[in-house]
Amino acid sequence: MLRYLIEKEFKQIKRNKFIPRLIFIMPLFAMIIFPYAANFDVKNIDLSIIDHDKSTQSQILVQKIQSSGYFRISNVSNSYDEAMKSIEANESDVILEIPLDFEKNLMRSQHTNLMISANAVNGNKGGLGSAYLANIIADYNQDVRIEHLKSAGNVAIPSMELVPLFRYNSMLRYEVFIVPALLVMILAMITGFLPTLNIVSEKQSGTIEQMNVTPVKKWTFILSKLIPYWIIGYVVVTIAMGIALFYWNLKPSGSLLTIYLFTSLFIVAFSGFGLVISNYASTVQQAILMMFFFMLTFIFLSGLWTPVENMPYWAQLISNISPLKYIMQVFRLVYLKGSSFSELHRQFFALLAFAIFFYSWAILSYRKTE
Amino acid sequence: MIILLVLPVLMILMFGFAISTEIKNARFAVYDPSHDLATQKIIDKINSSEYFTLDTYIIDPSQIETVFQKGEIGLVVEFSENFYKNIVQTGEAQILLIADGTDPNTASTLVNYVSRLIAAYQLEQMVLTGKLPYQIDVKVKLLYNPTLKGAYTTVPGVMGLILMLICAMMTSVSIAREKELGTMEVILVSPMPPLLIILSKVIPYFTISIINYLTILALGVYVLDVPVEGSFILLSLLSLLFIFVSLALGLLISSLVRTQMAALLGSVMGLMLPAVLLSGLMFPIENMPLFLQVIAQFIPAKWFIAAVKEVMIMGLGVGSILREMAVLGIMAIVLITLSLRKFKTRLE
Repeated sequence: MLRYLIEKEFKQIKRNKFIPRLIFIMPLFAMIIFPYAANFDVKNIDLSIIDHDKSTQSQILVQKIQSSGYFRISNVSNSYDEAMKSIEANESDVILEIPLDFEKNLMRSQHTNLMISANAVNGNKGGLGSAYLANIIADYNQDVRIEHLKSAGNVAIPSMELVPLFRYNSMLRYEVFIVPALLVMILAMITGFLPTLNIVSEKQSGTIEQMNVTPVKKWTFILSKLIPYWIIGYVVVTIAMGIALFYWNLKPSGSLLTIYLFTSLFIVAFSGFGLVISNYASTVQQAILMMFFFMLTFIFLSGLWTPVENMPYWAQLISNISPLKYIMQVFRLVYLKGSSFSELHRQFFALLAFAIFFYSWAILSYRKTE
Repeated sequence: MIILLVLPVLMILMFGFAISTEIKNARFAVYDPSHDLATQKIIDKINSSEYFTLDTYIIDPSQIETVFQKGEIGLVVEFSENFYKNIVQTGEAQILLIADGTDPNTASTLVNYVSRLIAAYQLEQMVLTGKLPYQIDVKVKLLYNPTLKGAYTTVPGVMGLILMLICAMMTSVSIAREKELGTMEVILVSPMPPLLIILSKVIPYFTISIINYLTILALGVYVLDVPVEGSFILLSLLSLLFIFVSLALGLLISSLVRTQMAALLGSVMGLMLPAVLLSGLMFPIENMPLFLQVIAQFIPAKWFIAAVKEVMIMGLGVGSILREMAVLGIMAIVLITLSLRKFKTRLE
């Protein structure tokens, strides 16, 4: 019985103009366009310089800032007001003001100052941008100190060297962070939205009632709705992983087996959630809104863009009910750090619990009659 | 229908609180083979700052890998041997800052903070020993948003997203629904002029959008503490203009499609995704490759969000948002004429 029902589903999917295309276009779009656009990288910071001093030292400093690679010098202003105008017009993000007699004060009285003003409407950019600039200036300061103390014969400056090292992502490529998470996003979209919409649209068009009067068992019917999308889920995730490998040159440092194991668990669990929604929604419009609402909550609390640990405490608590959080952790850990199953117990049991919970809820709320 | 009014509240809270780039209490581990005065002081200094909490001392360097694999620690601070002795005598003491680069932004922020704390320690030491030559003081002023709150970007962004979503998506789906059910034909054969039919479909969503606009603004101001620096009237006018553009887009989509599914997918693919990705709501446009930057110019939400930021956060006047207003105005006119024309042809 189940076989024929599944065959019918696949025929319908094949006849649908949209779904077969979605299976290929969505991973392509999400895996290739998304990482370019969904990028929190802070670079190309436009800098406006007000150099009242115009000395050799100020020139050296500007040179040093320019060669750091983070900043683009967008304009050179004569006054603070002029620089502010460029900030207001969104032409620059950060202003560096070098005071008159910068060089003279630095060399003679050995003390001078600089002023950085950053447009912090975008807190991330403003904060990191001004921090980068301050670091470059500190570096420059150290250069000046060493150079002049050395020439004065005073070599032993108490100093220490700071060496930053970035593990797992030494070049700090943003794609490395975002691509494994996008795999999860695609999977959630396919296995969450599609079966739900399918069931609800049968409800809306009334064909589900014809199903209900046949001797088909409740479970057989539901399975026949889910299995095709589970298979599609596997296909899509495999295509997406292929794109990650060939386009972004990213392959899991852990085992593929772990990834597929967790993928299966997640697909089953999340389509259970879709079933719950389909039991409550009576029109496609409702189903979409409900799905959208929960999807958004799940995605935001999953740590896709910003780490969960940075969120306020209450948000961290709620984030525990987002199944996406666990699967996203798994994908990132396996992809980047090569974690094996033994380190992922917690995520495994969490996803298992979700699966059991969603299916029990779905069974309890499903009514064949009415 | 309630969901239409609750959705914005949820979204603004999510975006406002959950997208936070501020770092608090990041956990770090220390590998300290020298165990002397200087390393202890540096560890204390890092630990006592609000950004960091000391998690563990690592005894053996091979543990560093395992500590990271559990995924709970963002940074390991590793001191070289004979640290204090080397500072004083050879000047060759070394601190290795090993960060978990999984999330590049968090990693570089952590490294930045620790470097600053260590530099502050160094400075204190120099002052103590009486040597502080060639000092440059850097004053940092953070304009408009001194505490670097994420909400300052997200409130204008969510406003654009929600208005777009409610207006365009809901209008197009509800018209497509009537088409799908066949009730549209009943209305079309009635003596109602087409303009009235459109208006009657659009006005409910227009009202909901205005309620949403006010809710978002109120939540932004009272819950997330985002100020309205500029004029409220200007902000409202701007939003009205944007609502018109979105409604026109919804109409256009509904006249191009026949089923609810298609309307929905059209709005999600054609409006939602671009509005989230390319509008500058979350991700800075200037980092994108050129072709995405070009596409971004055609997205109404991009112009709206930029203008809202200027009026609401930066407190600028009409003069500075003329360009945004003009672009939105042209978009509104083009879209409305297009959708009206499409709508009429279907009557015959």
